[in-house]
Amino acid sequence: MTRIQMTVDGGSYSDDVEPRMLLVHYLRERLGKTGTVVGCDTSNCGACTVHLDGRSVKSCNVLAVQADGHEVTTIEGLAADGELHPMQKAFHECHGLQCGFCTPGMIMQSIDLINDNPHPSEKEIRLGLEGNLCRCTGYHNIVKAVQHAAGEPTGASS
Amino acid sequence: MTVTEDRPAQKTAEVGRDRRRKEDLRLITGRTKWTDNISLPGMVHVAMVRSFSAHAKILGIETEAAKRSPNVVAVLTGKDLADEQGILINAWPITPDQKAPTHTPIALDRASFAGEIVAVVVARSAAEARDAAELVDVDYEDLPAALDLKEAAEDKVLAHPDLGTNKSAFWQFDSAGAGTGGAVDEAIEQARADGIVIEREYRQQRLIPAFMEPRSVVVDPTGEQITMWSATQIPHILRFALAATTGVPESKIRVVAPDVGGGFGGKLQTTPEEWIAFALARRLGKPVKYTETRSESLIAGHHGRDQWQKLTLAAKKDGTVTGFKVELLADLGSHVSLIGGGIPVLGAFMFNSIYKFPAYQFNCQTVLTNKTWTDAYRGAGRPEATYAIERIMDELAVEVGVDPLEIREKNWIKHDEFPFTTVAGLEYDSGNYEAATARAKEMFGYDELRAEQKQRRDSGDPVQLGIGVSTFTEMCGLAPSRVLGSLDYGAGGWEHASIRMLATGKVEVVTGSSAHGQGHETAWSQIVADRLGVAFEDVEVLHGDTQISHRGLDTYGSRSLTVGGEALVKAADKVIEKAKPIAAHLLEASADDLEFGSGQFTVKGTDKGLAMADVAMAAFAAHNLPDGVEPSIDCDATYDPVNFSFPHGTHLCAVEVDTETGGVLMRKYVAVDDIGTIVNPLIVDGQVHGGLVQGIAQALWEEAVHDEAGTLVSASFVDYLLPTAADTISFETDHTTSPSTTNTLGTKGVGEAGTIASTPAVVNAVVDAVRAFGVTDIQMPCTPERVWKAIHGHGNGGATPTVGDAEPHFDEADVADRSAGAGPGAEGADR
Amino acid sequence: MIPAQFDYVAPGSVEEALSALEGAEDAKVIAGGQSLLPVLRMRLNAPTLVVDLGRIDALRGVRDDGDAIVIGAMTTHAEVITDPLVNEHALLLAKAATEVADPQIRHRGTFGGALAHADPAGDVGAPALALGASYTIVGTGGERTVEADDFFEDLFTTAVQEGELLTEVRIPKHTGWGAHYEKFVRVAHQWPIVAVAAAVKVDGGTIAEARVGLTNMGSTPLRARSVESALVGQPATDEAVRAAAASADHDTRPPSDLNGDADYRKHLATVLTRRAVLAAAGA
Repeated sequence: MTRIQMTVDGGSYSDDVEPRMLLVHYLRERLGKTGTVVGCDTSNCGACTVHLDGRSVKSCNVLAVQADGHEVTTIEGLAADGELHPMQKAFHECHGLQCGFCTPGMIMQSIDLINDNPHPSEKEIRLGLEGNLCRCTGYHNIVKAVQHAAGEPTGASS
Repeated sequence: MTVTEDRPAQKTAEVGRDRRRKEDLRLITGRTKWTDNISLPGMVHVAMVRSFSAHAKILGIETEAAKRSPNVVAVLTGKDLADEQGILINAWPITPDQKAPTHTPIALDRASFAGEIVAVVVARSAAEARDAAELVDVDYEDLPAALDLKEAAEDKVLAHPDLGTNKSAFWQFDSAGAGTGGAVDEAIEQARADGIVIEREYRQQRLIPAFMEPRSVVVDPTGEQITMWSATQIPHILRFALAATTGVPESKIRVVAPDVGGGFGGKLQTTPEEWIAFALARRLGKPVKYTETRSESLIAGHHGRDQWQKLTLAAKKDGTVTGFKVELLADLGSHVSLIGGGIPVLGAFMFNSIYKFPAYQFNCQTVLTNKTWTDAYRGAGRPEATYAIERIMDELAVEVGVDPLEIREKNWIKHDEFPFTTVAGLEYDSGNYEAATARAKEMFGYDELRAEQKQRRDSGDPVQLGIGVSTFTEMCGLAPSRVLGSLDYGAGGWEHASIRMLATGKVEVVTGSSAHGQGHETAWSQIVADRLGVAFEDVEVLHGDTQISHRGLDTYGSRSLTVGGEALVKAADKVIEKAKPIAAHLLEASADDLEFGSGQFTVKGTDKGLAMADVAMAAFAAHNLPDGVEPSIDCDATYDPVNFSFPHGTHLCAVEVDTETGGVLMRKYVAVDDIGTIVNPLIVDGQVHGGLVQGIAQALWEEAVHDEAGTLVSASFVDYLLPTAADTISFETDHTTSPSTTNTLGTKGVGEAGTIASTPAVVNAVVDAVRAFGVTDIQMPCTPERVWKAIHGHGNGGATPTVGDAEPHFDEADVADRSAGAGPGAEGADR
Repeated sequence: MIPAQFDYVAPGSVEEALSALEGAEDAKVIAGGQSLLPVLRMRLNAPTLVVDLGRIDALRGVRDDGDAIVIGAMTTHAEVITDPLVNEHALLLAKAATEVADPQIRHRGTFGGALAHADPAGDVGAPALALGASYTIVGTGGERTVEADDFFEDLFTTAVQEGELLTEVRIPKHTGWGAHYEKFVRVAHQWPIVAVAAAVKVDGGTIAEARVGLTNMGSTPLRARSVESALVGQPATDEAVRAAAASADHDTRPPSDLNGDADYRKHLATVLTRRAVLAAAGA
């Protein structure tokens, strides 16, 4: 067992964990933060995406012990004082989700994308989301949601 | 009681409004209730030991080392659970003499596909269960495996030796025999003499539904009823099947589908994992949980499609079609699963599609093999049919020398011919192929793109442009129960709704539909808000829990809106009827003088009125009700559809083919779909987009590949290729509206339409791009390699199956160990 | 999905790390973990000890070393992409790093980790090879330098021995050279089916020098030496580069898998080489 300490969604947590425990399992099982989910086992799908020290990472591809002493933000840490994050609002407004399973990871990565590139083109948005799979939406409205959040016009297509 | 002075203003209709979804708030904040979230006191975890061999006798299973592993509660084999594990049923034997092997959740003495469960480990944590599962040692004796579909159909090697054959059932529809048309063999003979005969063989490759949420099941046996939570599309059917196969009374079983992360038919199943969890929970008396890994999901969750299609189209010299003969071989996999045996039959009535064939025959031989069983996947039988007809119509166009849209228009049902009874015996209620096509062409810039195509061809541009057409229809809104009965399907096709009018004016809607992303909470609110004149926000939609929604047939086959929505309308109309006498009594008027609109009962010719909410309160208080009226205006309705519904559409696809690499880039995609009345255009377009990408993915990327040993090679997202946002484009969609004439709202359903239409549109485009090189077909998926080889004459794009290993990205030594049949779960305690 | 159990240490210095590795029966080093963790999750490898280099700051960063730049092994792909020294003096590395996997993986995965993992389909090997990288490897016996052509030995095998660590990579400056990484995939998140890394020095429309590295055309990244020589003195035109690129498949042994067979990959190599060189030359 290894003792770790980390800040998650603004809260401070201290636990003894097996080194083999993945960050995503630590979040879900030990902290009860079930908003972050596991979608695959080869780090392709991105459903587990969180922010680690402000940058997006796949939490299935990080050990909890590697996050010791670091700061994690999950989907559950986005809304501030009951107010949704602009990206969350954009996904809702643009119907950028259906079943919602990929959505937390998609939103977290979209925020990182905009942080990095505040006015992305459609192509840049699509490339920026290449690490996040969705099976329901066909990505069309997800792209619109990111454009909406970036304050861009969302294109002429219906 | 309120007597209003003014009539309320007419509210904006909800149906047709692009309401943002009620479901979203919990989904975008992570306040979700996936089955894997569930944690109960004393809960134990299950890990599965799965066969590495596609076909093997199980000589023995060594469990001692596993049992001694830390915190292991039990290690059980099929034999240990033989009396309790129940059986997995086939609810649709398509013929009386269908051959089906017995399907036990855990294999007993023979594993019949790679991935079949042979033992289970229960431990206090998922990690400990997995650790112990690695220590279970199974002694296999490999048997020859039936893998290739065509060879399996010849019974060269038997998938189930005791069955004596791999051929499960042969099903035929013949228009001459059914009295719905002529004799197809005569039409073909005639066409050989003085017309056109086009013969093609197409491959519908095996796909994997690959919903994003891996399946999970939790069973709690500690309450008065046994509760199963499962990531399923079919909680009601599960409850029924559990009762029918385990002996536990139906009223002692509660099934809950909490938030479910996508299904696409892949979660329309009664699974070994669910039955095992149920049996374990009962045996151990503790809550039991199992969540699959993605690899397990790809290997053991049912697969889709997998057919060889032999097609013979007969036509006159001018391109008028005269007959269509279809001969299918369909791969069932190792077992005839819940409705797996019938999936090809769902397409049986759709090969003739929108065209006026005078003669039609459909033949299907279902075949067992030693691979994962197949069952419903988005479209279930209809994408296969649409692919065949839309590809072959393009071939006909080439043969006749006309534009592919022209050949279609020549043969399709004209707008003024509806309702039209087809050569397959179905009555299409409404449609307008001309209007959808005209709109699609306009949006697409059809003529300009054809001009560009010509220019690129003439100049020998290394990048060629292809244009693909797909004018589809499908049958959905499953289904009229009598029709299902006539096809020997085990259940009906009705749907149920309850409307409860709460005392405080809110409305609770209980639906038998089970949404897993489709937005029913929002769309049903819109329908009820319109029908009862209540506020959209005041409607609460409940679903997915058999103790709350006690009656239903769940969600699949694009049925929820057309069937479930109609049940809703009928229940709402019953509420209005039930409320009328109470309203009349309170308004001191005759019920005949009452009108209902915008949520108000009004007395004709007066200003007197009463809100529905007030009637609900009055019923609750029961202080002043007319004699003989019960103090409730709650109502139920169970609705059985009278016909299937027939959405249709015209899809146009432009692709660029890089002739130097074979790479295909989508340039433009236009979809004009007629799905009847639209309740929520935002939700509809979302369904179209998602459906399109799945259909496009079949055309370009996805395939479940097995090696010669029958091991699934594409067993992770590294090798089973799902497209990302970087691989797809934005789509242009529009709609024409030919309301359905067989339900009140005029809806037709849209859940599968995008997938059904798009696959042939894309392949037609790819083939169109390279026809000038002499290519007439490219087998799906149209990989760059296949396209390149087709162009450069190295075999016409693959009448050969996909061969090859997975991409090796892990240490070669480890990979070698694995592929030699050794590896976790199959050998001893080394790891 | 759940790895087998292992012990874990996160040393603060290279010396501590070497000491942890020494005497460990079956240890694995974790850098960014983006290649190792999938292996551990699938239980394809079950080390008893994992040594995490994540707290060794000395291994991070890029520095100017006169006629070369030096990249610390724990520098992430994301850091390589934006580093000013890399962009000025070794642009090819930045271009290739942009193509690695996806953004999330690039935020964690490291340059040194990817090189040491030596996946023949990895994106950083061919560019490093093309630019003549040399590798600093330390062990308990001291430090040594391995030259470019001697680093990659086989599939997943490099000159780094058991108990040793790759600490930094020295890239001779290619200031002002044009660079392009042409990656061919079926879907965006894939490893390349074939990829070509090209760096060219162009003098008034003529290619003075060229460096071409091939990804996934053999068990290690390969230099397309015959292409490089054929390009010298050639105009940066389609015709000339096409002729030179025709030999890109020489002395290659590409794999056959479900994305393509060896013949197809050989053909791809010639096409992609032409495109990469032309793009690098700004043509």
